Amino acid sequence: MAEAAKLQVSDEVAITIHNMNKWYGTFHVLRDIDLTVQRGERIVICGPSGSGKSTLIRCINALEEHQAGSIEVDGTLLSSDLKNIDKIRSEVGMCFQHFNLFPHLTILENLTLAPIWVRKTPKKEAEEVAMHYLEKVKIPDQADKYPGQLSGGQQQRVAIARSLCMKPRIMLFDEPTSALDPEMIKEVLDTMIELAEEGMTMLCVTHEMGFARQVANRVIFMDEGQIVEQNEPEAFFLTPKSDRTKLFLSQILGH
Amino acid sequence: MSDTPAQNVAFVRTSEIPPSPPPTRETGAIKWIRENLFSGWFNTILTLIALYLVISIVSGAAPWFYNGVWEADSIRECRDILAGKTGACFAVLVDRWDHLVFGFKYPQDAYWRPLVAFLLLLVAAAPALFGKIFPRKMLILTAIYPFLAYWLIWGGTLWLPVLVAGSIVATGLVFRLVEGMAVNMRQILAGVVGLLFGLGLAWLLFKGAAELVFIASNIGGSGLSVIPYAVFWAAGIFTYVCVIPMGIFVGYAIYQSAEDGGLVTIVTALFAIYIMLAYLLGPVSGAFNSIIPLELQAVPSRDMGGFMLCMILGTVCVTLSVPLGIVLALGRQSHMPLIKGVCVVFIEFVRGVPLITLLFVANVMLAYFLPPETSFDLILRVIIMITMFSSAYIAEVIRGGLAALPKGQYEAANSLGLNYVQATRLIILPQALKISIPGIVNVAVGLFKDTTLVSVISMFDIVGMIRGPIQQSTDWISIYWEVYGFAALLFFVVCYSISQYSQWLERQLQTDHR
Ligand SMILES: Nc1ncnc2c1ncn2[C@@H]1O[C@H](COP(=O)(O)OP(=O)(O)OP(=O)(O)O)[C@@H](O)[C@H]1O
Ligand SMILES: [Mg+2]
Repeated sequence: MAEAAKLQVSDEVAITIHNMNKWYGTFHVLRDIDLTVQRGERIVICGPSGSGKSTLIRCINALEEHQAGSIEVDGTLLSSDLKNIDKIRSEVGMCFQHFNLFPHLTILENLTLAPIWVRKTPKKEAEEVAMHYLEKVKIPDQADKYPGQLSGGQQQRVAIARSLCMKPRIMLFDEPTSALDPEMIKEVLDTMIELAEEGMTMLCVTHEMGFARQVANRVIFMDEGQIVEQNEPEAFFLTPKSDRTKLFLSQILGH
Repeated sequence: MSDTPAQNVAFVRTSEIPPSPPPTRETGAIKWIRENLFSGWFNTILTLIALYLVISIVSGAAPWFYNGVWEADSIRECRDILAGKTGACFAVLVDRWDHLVFGFKYPQDAYWRPLVAFLLLLVAAAPALFGKIFPRKMLILTAIYPFLAYWLIWGGTLWLPVLVAGSIVATGLVFRLVEGMAVNMRQILAGVVGLLFGLGLAWLLFKGAAELVFIASNIGGSGLSVIPYAVFWAAGIFTYVCVIPMGIFVGYAIYQSAEDGGLVTIVTALFAIYIMLAYLLGPVSGAFNSIIPLELQAVPSRDMGGFMLCMILGTVCVTLSVPLGIVLALGRQSHMPLIKGVCVVFIEFVRGVPLITLLFVANVMLAYFLPPETSFDLILRVIIMITMFSSAYIAEVIRGGLAALPKGQYEAANSLGLNYVQATRLIILPQALKISIPGIVNVAVGLFKDTTLVSVISMFDIVGMIRGPIQQSTDWISIYWEVYGFAALLFFVVCYSISQYSQWLERQLQTDHR
C-alpha cells in the first residue's frame, strides 16, 4: 500500500469508457460500463467467474466489439474502422491467461515480429530492443529457443516482453497468473510489479489480492456485467460497501 | 560372497572390471528376430506363413525377371528367344523408350529440351523445398524456372516468356505504386479504374451474350433440344439487359473500396497484367524476335506425351493448386458473405463432380463456349481443370488446419496490431499449413496419379501411350506386365519421393520438443 502511494498518477486521460454495453446474442454481458483511466493508473479488476471481466478488457483493444456506448483509447475513438482499431491495438499491449506465444517462431522472433511488421523497425534494432526486454524479464538466455521448450512462467514473461517490445502506452492483463504453478506466479508478478513502478498504465484482471494491495491504486469489482464497486485497495479490502463485494471477498480471502 | 567377508562393510575397488561385449544372444540380428518375429506361438505361425508367401512369390517372379529379354524387335522375337521359358520381354521398354517418356510425336532432335527442363526442375525446386539448406538468393532460380521450362518444352520465341515475366514484375511495381499513394490519389485512381473495369466487363458480357445467342441458335438449328435453347436465349437476353448496370456496379464497388485500398490495388494490378497479356504480348514479342531472334522449334501441345506429360501436368497443377487452395480456404473463412459464398459454391461444386467429367468439359465443351477465334491451348485447359479440382480438395484440407489453430493465436496476432494480411501470412498460415502437410501431400500424390486420366480425352500420356500406340502396334500387340509395371515403377518413385519429402519437412517444422 505504501508503495502504491508513491507512484504518480497524471491528470492525462488514457481510457474513457462511457455507457458501454455489450451483448452476446441476447445475453447482456456488459451493462452501462463507465470508467475513466488516468495515465499511470494501475487498476485491478476482480469479480466472480462469468462476470464479464475478460469481456471488458477485451473490448478495450477491440478483440470484442461493443454494441452501445463509446470507448476512447489515447484520444482515438474505437469504431468499426479497421485503421483505428489497428492503431489502438499497436498502442495497447495485452497478455493472456494462456500466453498465446507463436509456437512456430523462436522467442526472439516472437518479440521482434510486431515491431518489424507493424512499426517497420529495422530488424537489427528490433532485436536489440527485444534483447533489452528479455533481460528485463530475466530470460535473455532463452532467446533462441521455441516457446514449447519454456516453462509456463517463462512463457508468460516472454508474452509480457513481447507486448512491451511494441512500446505500448497501456497494458492489459487477463488473468496472467491463473494458469501457473505457485512458484511461477511470483516470477510473473515480480515482472508486473516492476512494470507498474515504471509508471505503465495497467488494467489487470487477477485474483492475486496481494498484488492488488501492493501495486493497484484502484480495485474494481464486477458482477453480472456491471461495475459494482470501485475504491482504493485499502478501503476496498477493509471496508467494502456492497454485500456482493463482501461475499466475494470473504470467499476469496477467508478460506 | 565367499571372498568378501560379511563383517567387512567398507569396500574399495582395487582392480578395474574390463568391459566385455554383451552375450551374443542379446545383440544384433538374433535378438531382433527373437523379439520381432518369434515372440510367441501365434507370432511364430504368422511369421512362418508370411515367410512362405514371400518365398513363393519371389521364386515365382524371379525367373520372369532374370530370364527377361532386353534385345528384340517384337513380341514374337521375344517369345522365340525365350523358347517356352517364363520371362519378361523388357525389350519393349528399350524399343519404345522414347515413346514412353516423350510421347510419339515430340520431335526427336528436341528430346534434350525436356531433359534439360527436368534437370533444371531439380535445381529450381531445391531452394523452394529445402529452404533451410539452400541460400535464399537461389529462390530467384525458382522464380525464373517456369518461364525457362515453358520455352524449353514448347519452344517458340524466348521473348514471349520473358515478356510474361516482365509483365508480372511490372504488375508488382504497379501494386507497390498504388499501395504507396495518398488516400485521395488512390480514390481518384479507384474511380478511373472502376470505370474502365466496369466498361471492360460490360464489353465482355456483351460479347458473351452474343456467344450465348450464337450457341442457342446452333442448338436450335440442329433441333436437339428445346430446354438448353431456351436457357441460352434467356441467359443471353439477361446479359444484354444487365450489361450496363453490372458495369456500373463493379465500378462503384471498386470506387467504394478505395478507402480500404486493398481491393483497388489488387484490381489495378490485375487490370495491368490483363492489358499487358492480352494486347501487348503477341505483337511485342514478335517484334523483339524479328530484331533479336531467339527461337527454338515450336512444339504444339498436341505433340506432348508420355511420362513427360504426366510430369508437366503434375508439377504445374500441384504448384498452382496449393496457393489457390489457400486462397479458397481463407475465402471460405471470410466474414464477407460474397467472398465466402463464391468460395463455398466453388469448392462444393468442384468436389461434387468427377475429375473425368471436368476433363471432358476441358476437351469438348470449352471449345463450344469460347469465342470461335480464340484457340485455347488443350494442355492449358486440362491444367485449369485439374488445378480447380485439386485446389478444392486442398482448400478443405487447409480449412481443417485453420480450424485446428487455437483462437488465442488470432487474438495474440491482432492484439499486437498486425493487420489481417500480416497475421494470416506470418502467424496463421505457417501453423495451419504445417498441420495440413499430410493432407496436402495426400492430395498431391492423388493428383499426380490422376494425370493419367487425360488418356481418356485422347492425350497420349504414359498410360495413353501404352494403351494406344504400343499395345496396338503389330510388334508389341497385347504386351501388359512389362509396360504397365514400368509405368507403375515411375509413378511409385515420384510418389514415394513426395511422401518422404513431406515426412522430412514435418520433422523440420517440429518446434515443440528438441
Ligand atoms: N463468445 C461468447 N459467446 C457467448 N457468451 C460468451 C462468450 N464469451 C463469454 N461469454 C459469456 O459472457 C460472460 C462473461 O464472460 P467473461 O469471459 O468476460 O467472464 P470473466 O469474468 O472473465 O470470467 P472468468 O473469471 O471465468 O474468466 C460469461 O457468462 C460467458 O458465458
Ligand atoms: Mg476471464
